[in-house]
Amino acid sequence: MKHTLSPQRYLILLAVMLTVSVGDTMLSHGMAQVGPVSMHHLGLLMIAMKNPWVIGGILLLIGYFASYLTALSWADLTFVLPSTAFGYVIIALLAKFWQHETISPYRWLGITLIVCGVGFVANGPSLTEHPPKPSEQGLEHV
Amino acid sequence: MTTVGVVEKWVLIDAVAVSAIAGDILTAGAMRRIGDLDLIRAKSGISGAAKAVVSSPMFLLGVCAMAVSFFSLLFTLSVVDVSLATPASAAITFIGNAFAAKFFLHENVDKRRWISVAFVAAGIILLAR
Repeated sequence: MKHTLSPQRYLILLAVMLTVSVGDTMLSHGMAQVGPVSMHHLGLLMIAMKNPWVIGGILLLIGYFASYLTALSWADLTFVLPSTAFGYVIIALLAKFWQHETISPYRWLGITLIVCGVGFVANGPSLTEHPPKPSEQGLEHV
Repeated sequence: MTTVGVVEKWVLIDAVAVSAIAGDILTAGAMRRIGDLDLIRAKSGISGAAKAVVSSPMFLLGVCAMAVSFFSLLFTLSVVDVSLATPASAAITFIGNAFAAKFFLHENVDKRRWISVAFVAAGIILLAR
């Protein structure tokens, strides 16, 4: 049987991609406002924890971990990881259009390769079906 | 900024990747054992689902491995260029995860998934340039 995902589960994968990419970008934006943290100025980390961008980034990364674990509970790791790699593409696009960073031709090529890789895996089955163990087969007849 | 030799540099990068792979495989294995979180949440609520996850020793071991990976990445970044350390460790992790998922989780890593892993790993390396 081919395991395909329901629209709700595709939304969970979309949440994984968006939360990690937007979360990382918000953390980067917040830490740029706070300034460089060195071993001699670790107190700056406490100031960073009061920055709204850093707080928002941490909340989004908690949401990322929750949705990532949810996805792993009904899909293979080798299905979830390439799917979520699309987050790298979102980070690059956010860097260009929000942070106004320059995207080199190499990066555009990298983005294209990741999109192709995600396309390959997204069309396949999401979960490996293992044959039931003998003990489980016995239970079915009880 | 690289301040260590070639061998030490790749040992550090591999240490980051191996601990990340261990973290991914252990958490994925734990989630497989726990079962569909959507079903658990429907039956026991979000607190029941959270309890099922955090009471799994395999999950906790996976989180420890992820923490080791994070701190070894921090250390690696202090002696190896970020433009090499980050994409190299991410790409090795990606490819290593495919092998580990096949052998430890018995996932069906077919040709489609290998191609996907190769494309994504190459894409990550190019993104860092």
